[in-house]
Amino acid sequence: MRKMERLSSIYLVGVFIVLYAPIFYLVYYSFNSAGTMYSFEGFTFDWYREVFCDTRLFIILLNTIVIALLSSAISTVIGVLGALAITRVKTKRFRNALLTLNNVMIVSPDVIIGASFLVLFTMIGINLGFGSVLISHIAFSVPIVVLMVLPNLEEMSPTLIDAAQDLGASRWDVLTRVVIPYISPGIFAGFFMALTYSLDDFAVTFFVTGGGFSTLSVEIYSLARRGISLTINALSTLIFLVTLLLVLGYYIISKQGAKPGKAGVRE
Amino acid sequence: MQGRTRNIYLIPYMLWIVLFVVAPIALIMYYSMFNIDGAWSLENYRRFFTPVYLSMTLRSFWYAILITGFALLIAYPTAYLLTKTEHKQLWLMLIILPSWINLLLKVYAFIGILGFYGPINSFLRIIGIGSRQILFTGFSFIFVAVYIFIPYMILPVFNALEELNPSLVDAARDLGASPWATFRRVIFPLTVSGVKAGCRAVFIPALSLFMITRLIAGNRVITLGTAIEQHFLVTQDWGMGSTIAVFLIIAMGLTMIMTENGKLVK
Repeated sequence: MRKMERLSSIYLVGVFIVLYAPIFYLVYYSFNSAGTMYSFEGFTFDWYREVFCDTRLFIILLNTIVIALLSSAISTVIGVLGALAITRVKTKRFRNALLTLNNVMIVSPDVIIGASFLVLFTMIGINLGFGSVLISHIAFSVPIVVLMVLPNLEEMSPTLIDAAQDLGASRWDVLTRVVIPYISPGIFAGFFMALTYSLDDFAVTFFVTGGGFSTLSVEIYSLARRGISLTINALSTLIFLVTLLLVLGYYIISKQGAKPGKAGVRE
Repeated sequence: MQGRTRNIYLIPYMLWIVLFVVAPIALIMYYSMFNIDGAWSLENYRRFFTPVYLSMTLRSFWYAILITGFALLIAYPTAYLLTKTEHKQLWLMLIILPSWINLLLKVYAFIGILGFYGPINSFLRIIGIGSRQILFTGFSFIFVAVYIFIPYMILPVFNALEELNPSLVDAARDLGASPWATFRRVIFPLTVSGVKAGCRAVFIPALSLFMITRLIAGNRVITLGTAIEQHFLVTQDWGMGSTIAVFLIIAMGLTMIMTENGKLVK
């Protein structure tokens, strides 16, 4: 039994090492003055300096952040409305149809979403660039928001709404003072997921971005196709740190939000 | 009263569904019926069934099956051992964390790791095998893809294992089942839903990834995704690209139906 335990911890540690090795490999060589991803020569911050001095890269970074924040905010609104709509649909068949269509978007491979949106935008006549990227990011983030909000709405007792209405709340009041506060953990989780979807996306953006507009993922791809450049390493170290902070922040906030009995209580 | 609110909420959501779910799929099907000169024909479908495209499709499926299989082989024991650890939620989060990091960066790291002067080749030199070309082979593609997909396989399997009632395992042991028999007859059948969910999460992307094939496998491996990207963005043959996309959508539908069964049984 002892031996089994030791074997199992070796296995787990092995998986951990393999999962994290590439990330730390990137980070390690981002300080290499030799400019290659092998044979560490000396310690340098040059590549980081290059990242911060590159105005083109800075604009691309801004683009990425603006797209991520705008698309996740808008898709959260549409997604919450969608979840509200789904819970209100009484016919089971219509409801299932809506949920299936919602899931189709979630399981669709990025290539299909990208290619079909490219066709769609060309048909309608939307120019490829900021607008098309923003619209696609909104479009593929909506279903995940719906899925995050739906469980919260379904567990909400209808008596809460009845009570509010009995006490004279208007429909708008019921929505903003009772329903929205109750489902706020779901809304928050949905917004966060939409944010990461948008920041992570490469394939869809790659299809619908024209020549002039680029996000970080697309830029890294075109840099990486040209071969190794330690600027990417420096950039990825920074992205890694930001991701870590985001996940940590999300974890802390969702822990607080999950405390029972606080829903809808104003402090 | 109720009817009016329902309609108001439905409007933006239905608009989204029609515009971005129904219309794009319909457009892909529509475009698949035009040849490269823009004339209406079923030529693309005929071309798809020529040996060139058929072998490409079969190979893409074979790669996806291998990737899913290896990912499951590594992920299942990991998930199982995770459920046995103390602080398992923390460990799980640490396993999931790498999957939050941008895919491209991890793939980019492997260009260095698997490269001719990279650590893997140095290791091979030290143990006397000598360096060899690892990058731009089918092996490197499978290796990196499995690496990318492991967390997506661990998560559903872990959740299924967590739902498993431990007294069932104890009962099997008390009744004299060997550990292997317990696994084969009790644990695995009861966690099949998680395995199916994991396979779905890995198989469809494995068919359609084009970025890993481009960066890691050179042009050695052509998946359905690579072919679609090639037709849409390089050769500008949208009709043929759409035809391949139609078959990818069919594959996706079939995968979903096959992996959905688990839930119905449960």
